[in-house]
Amino acid sequence: MANRALDGVGGFLDDRFRGAKSFRTLFKKIFPDHWTFLLGEIALYCFIILLLTGTFLTFFFQPSMTDVIYHGSYTHLDGIRMSEAYASTLNISFDVRGGLLMRQIHHWAADLFMAAIFAHMLRIFFTGAYRKPREVNWLIGIVLLTLGMLEGLFGYSLPDDLLSGAGLRILEGVMQSIPIVGTYLAFFLFGGAFPGHLIIPRLYILHVLLIPGLILALITAHLFIMFHQKHTQMPGKGRTDKNVVGAPLYPYFMAKTGAFFFFTFAALALASTFAQINPVWLYGPYTPVAMSAGSQPDFYMGMLEGALRVMVPWEWNVAGHTFSFNVFLPALLPLGIIFTAAALWPFIEQWITGDKREHHVNDRPRNAPTRTALGMAVITFYGVLWLEGANDIIADHLNIALYTTTRIAQVSMFVAPVLAYIITKRICLGLQRKDLHLLEHGVETGIIRQMPSGEFIEITRPVSEEEQAKLAFPARPPGLPAPDSADENGIPAPGTRGAIGKVRARLNTILTESVELPGSNGHTNGHGADGSGQAQDEPEHAAVPAGGVPDGSQEIAPGAGQADSGSSGDDAPDQ
Amino acid sequence: MRWITARRRHPAAGYAIVLLTLVAIGLGYAALTGAGSPASASAPAPGQQQIARGQEIFARNCASCHGLEAQGTAVAPSLIGVGAAAVDFQVSTGRMPAAEQGPENVRKPPVLDTSQTLEVAGYIASLAGGPAIPSPEQVSTAGADVAVGQELFIANCAQCHNFVGAGGALTYGKFAPALTQATPTQIYEAMLTGPEAMPVFNDTTMTPMNKRDIIAYVTATRTEANPGGFSLGRIGPVTEGLVAFLGLLLFMVVAALWITAKQGKPREHE
Repeated sequence: MANRALDGVGGFLDDRFRGAKSFRTLFKKIFPDHWTFLLGEIALYCFIILLLTGTFLTFFFQPSMTDVIYHGSYTHLDGIRMSEAYASTLNISFDVRGGLLMRQIHHWAADLFMAAIFAHMLRIFFTGAYRKPREVNWLIGIVLLTLGMLEGLFGYSLPDDLLSGAGLRILEGVMQSIPIVGTYLAFFLFGGAFPGHLIIPRLYILHVLLIPGLILALITAHLFIMFHQKHTQMPGKGRTDKNVVGAPLYPYFMAKTGAFFFFTFAALALASTFAQINPVWLYGPYTPVAMSAGSQPDFYMGMLEGALRVMVPWEWNVAGHTFSFNVFLPALLPLGIIFTAAALWPFIEQWITGDKREHHVNDRPRNAPTRTALGMAVITFYGVLWLEGANDIIADHLNIALYTTTRIAQVSMFVAPVLAYIITKRICLGLQRKDLHLLEHGVETGIIRQMPSGEFIEITRPVSEEEQAKLAFPARPPGLPAPDSADENGIPAPGTRGAIGKVRARLNTILTESVELPGSNGHTNGHGADGSGQAQDEPEHAAVPAGGVPDGSQEIAPGAGQADSGSSGDDAPDQ
Repeated sequence: MRWITARRRHPAAGYAIVLLTLVAIGLGYAALTGAGSPASASAPAPGQQQIARGQEIFARNCASCHGLEAQGTAVAPSLIGVGAAAVDFQVSTGRMPAAEQGPENVRKPPVLDTSQTLEVAGYIASLAGGPAIPSPEQVSTAGADVAVGQELFIANCAQCHNFVGAGGALTYGKFAPALTQATPTQIYEAMLTGPEAMPVFNDTTMTPMNKRDIIAYVTATRTEANPGGFSLGRIGPVTEGLVAFLGLLLFMVVAALWITAKQGKPREHE
């Protein structure tokens, strides 16, 4: 049935573009299925919705800081002086048909876009999906996240309401805090003293043209690379680093992903109908002398806000120059370190583990306890600063003294990540031991049997093949040669020599700490102190292509394990 | 001249001079201090009887902290000269009598009823005057300009009370309360007397008309419908972020779980 439809579409395209074969291949491309694989899609669909609603908003928005007297439908601001940008935002909200809904969809979509990117990125990190060969796509993802934050900040600044202006004021302060050149940079951006009359037109063109263009280009690259490298899959029966098990693009994946677009759209439309976002008419037009309690940025900038709030007042004055470490350090360091470390992590991990293999099957987070613990530590650090960004709201609503919240954040930003690291690592190792117990002793059935000798035993049954493949997937990297260990010619391997070699060996011990599962690579508990681990790896490694697909380019029949591999690509996708 | 020259050596002249001087000093003192006439006399001056009742209520409810003569103690300030408006604000919002010593007194159901409050206010005003309770005309929003009120509120009040008066945190456990329950009279009294951490906005800083504009803005905004849907508390982007994560993202995760729950027959590829 699906085949007939496929033939129809293929026939139509072939008649016109003479590409039946490539279209067929495209349509039959297999995509693995797991709910976490859809997190990135949420971001993609939000971006599409952002482009559509954003285009609508540009029809009515005036990116101008010229003063006007407002006489629109919102009588509470009648006769008030404001910028044209703010007045046109009020018009979109109150006088343009459907304008408020569009504004709200645009803003909720921006929030969901960023939330989905965060979730997607965490999924990639915790399952190790950034590993070779996908490091470049990981880097593109980090650039996309950064661009998304900038795009959101600029969009938030455009309506020229009280909170936008406050955000721009902070942006100006952060720029000015850059030593030596800061004042000039701020002057160049604002075209003079804050706020001037140029910043909104400038941010507008960045917001509607440059950054969306870059994001669109990078998303395209992101998707093409993903398509070309094939999607990773979760460990399971018959899934190896040499194959992809899942459903074909047409019709299954297309139907699912199409439906998922409508889920995203529906969620945003519902949220925008029932939950008010960014009521700029209540904030009032921006004036540099005014400020409101509870002035927060959108959530994706909240961590930076918290970093500014948590900082102690350090300031130097050297030879007439002020060095505002109280602004410069918190604005740059916490997020800068996290992003730089995230970008370098795939390469750091490769260097520490010496694992240069390709990975197409994801790790279960518990099977990489140190990586998972590091990720949780970063999340905790981020989360503490994030909460601190809302500390006045927390203080007000939970009846905690304001400075107490800051003091708690100042301590816990250092202590909590360490605790999170230790706790997460213990949980992961515990879960691994549970897996090991299941694999070795089977599932407890709850049936107690008395033996003829009078002894009582509990009957267990072995875990299913499916479960076993999942639990015992070989996730461990190969061992690392010991520091200064000589090869057969008596020459120490590069990267193992001297102090750096010792550091690397030490890091390797920490990073690969894991419970030995029966399916894991054979080397001893992560120390890699001898070459035997390497040697034991080999047969395991070789077994995959032997039982699987030698050239790694074949499609496998429905429901097949590895034994069925190698059958032709013309298999009917449906019976 | 001749009249004075003729009598200045009269035996009674000395007594007359002393008497006249005393009277002049007495009248001058009375005129300069203005004792007996309140600073702003918009509310009817309370009678002696009412003041006496007020003093009695004060002795029962307030004197333990503020002192029997309202002179203040180590734990509470002097109330001499605070005026009837301050008493009416503190007592009618339930902040006084205070439940406990803390960084700031909170709004709660008032302990004294309206007439008792007015009696205590009359007693405190009788000690040394001070700002009077505003009349209903003074706090009326008829003819007030909401737009001007919005501008003034954002410029003067929002940095502590938030842009719609939803309240906000201050230092050391103090806070600017939400203005959701404050009556027009209470808002006026607060501006006039500056309770807790609030500055005083007297009639020269903030004209009586501007005070009415602000009252109009606060009362109009809190009843104003939210055209965009549920208001999320009107406290800025923090609750929006919560909804984005706990509402939108969670909904999408559930959708993703549902969509991938039913797996087709697995296929292998390349």
